[in-house]
Amino acid sequence: MATADWTVHSAAQPPPALVSARSEPLWVRAILIAVALLFLGSFLVLPLIAVFGYALQDGWRVALAAIREPHALAAIRLTLLVAAICVPLNAAFGLAAAWCITRFEFRGKNLLVSLIDLPFAVSPVISGLIFVLLFGLQGLLGPWLREHEIQIIFAVPGIVLATLFVTFPFVARELIPLMEEQGADEETAAVSLGASGWQTFWRVTLPNVRFGLLYGMVLLNARAMGEFGAVSVVSGHIRGRTNTMPLHVEILYNEYQTAAAFAVASLLAGLAVVTLILKRLIEWRAGRRGGVA
Amino acid sequence: MTRARVRPRRSVLPGFGPTLGFTLLHLSLIVLLPLSALVWKTSTLGWDEFASVVSSPRVLAAYRLSFGTALVAASVNAVLGLVVAWVLVRYRFPGRALADALVDLPFALPTAVAGITLTALLAKSGCIGSRLEPLGIQVAYTPLGITVALIFIGLPFVVRSVQPVLQDLDPEIEEAAASLGASRWKTFRRVLLPTLLPALTTGFALAFARGVGEYGSVVFISGNMPMKTEIAPLLIVTRLEQYEYAAATAIALVMLLVSLAILLAINGLQAWTQRRQAA
Repeated sequence: MATADWTVHSAAQPPPALVSARSEPLWVRAILIAVALLFLGSFLVLPLIAVFGYALQDGWRVALAAIREPHALAAIRLTLLVAAICVPLNAAFGLAAAWCITRFEFRGKNLLVSLIDLPFAVSPVISGLIFVLLFGLQGLLGPWLREHEIQIIFAVPGIVLATLFVTFPFVARELIPLMEEQGADEETAAVSLGASGWQTFWRVTLPNVRFGLLYGMVLLNARAMGEFGAVSVVSGHIRGRTNTMPLHVEILYNEYQTAAAFAVASLLAGLAVVTLILKRLIEWRAGRRGGVA
Repeated sequence: MTRARVRPRRSVLPGFGPTLGFTLLHLSLIVLLPLSALVWKTSTLGWDEFASVVSSPRVLAAYRLSFGTALVAASVNAVLGLVVAWVLVRYRFPGRALADALVDLPFALPTAVAGITLTALLAKSGCIGSRLEPLGIQVAYTPLGITVALIFIGLPFVVRSVQPVLQDLDPEIEEAAASLGASRWKTFRRVLLPTLLPALTTGFALAFARGVGEYGSVVFISGNMPMKTEIAPLLIVTRLEQYEYAAATAIALVMLLVSLAILLAINGLQAWTQRRQAA
């Protein structure tokens, strides 16, 4: 340890050379690295390992049985279905929004950009509540829906709507800054040379934004599959019918079936790990750094 | 708004009408219409009724708990997040790339999974909780446990806000400070910290806003005792389950307004920083 090195720089000494102007003494570096790694280790690494550890506490047979049980399979199917609806819809929305916002000037554009971000400011529970207020039995449209025997709350449509709401901004806020930065020169050239709108989109825009789009979709998918608060308010927790994977984990955990709960949870944790790897790969391929998602 | 006003200025590109149309339709159906239901429901509530709901002792206790724990967690994240960002940008050490990638875990891991795992680890029988118990520290089912969950959830915000600013920092300002005789600590305090402050505040505010509304990761570890460990989002769910829609809405509206105020403040801060940097 270079503690001596630190003490010699008293006020009377000349300032340290410029090479060391941007680095700290070794012991300071060591302490800061230790603090950072201890923090990340105890708050991130330990829980991540623990999920898999708890899942296998009664052996892998128990874990496997918990995943292959019919209610678990139904929950997995529903989660995949919800993601399969929400990811393309919100990705298409993100592309459309980024196109009209970055390629055209119109009044109210700033307001539109702020409104797109709105769902990120809303608590997950409130995201579910608003759909109950709209479509629930006592809700605004409740009596009409009941008359026509349409069920949205405590059914799959409600789960899809709540998930669409919480994952709404992901692709748009990824693409808007990206397309703003790229500018419209290439697309303008393509159109001037006689390309149709769709040709320009498929041949110019999409290849240019493919990494940003993919990045947003990966994060959107993770949130869609993992959303708990909003979905739990609208789902009604009907086993085999309106339970998504996170809700199934909750039920098993509350029934003290810890190993089974963590077995299903480990699938979701696996999804998170895959998400992180994909995110890193895309950042690396696109040569960019990730911001706050 | 008339159609002529919306028309874009001189762009040869096609597709303005359809893309704006789809954007506005999707936004209205998925976000604006449902959110307006919140305002509609509140308007059916008289002012007195609204005030009596949000000022009842149980609701006030829930607000205090939610805002208090979120504030503590965001503060911890501001300090430790700054250390993590600093270490990741400035130092080279084995495992740095892995640590950097792991910072995003709370964004990717479903909140319910985080919730049950932290609870299992920190409960009296858990592998950390059992070691803290002899020391007289109980984490799970106390406000401390809620704070731990919120630190987990808010961890990436400060790191990912500060990191890019730290990366783009001009080395010359630090060299100038050092050549003028400032110690390393003084350079950090007087030169670096003021530069990082807007990003740090943004990260703090984002972590705080997220923490206030967080549900999935907290609900398992909180113990959910009214007046003691019942967070505001849980109280909304409880009221909903009792079919007290109006009360749930009133509690939610206050939370939503606070979140929006925080969001506006962040946007204002960012706009101010950009103007200052441009000047």
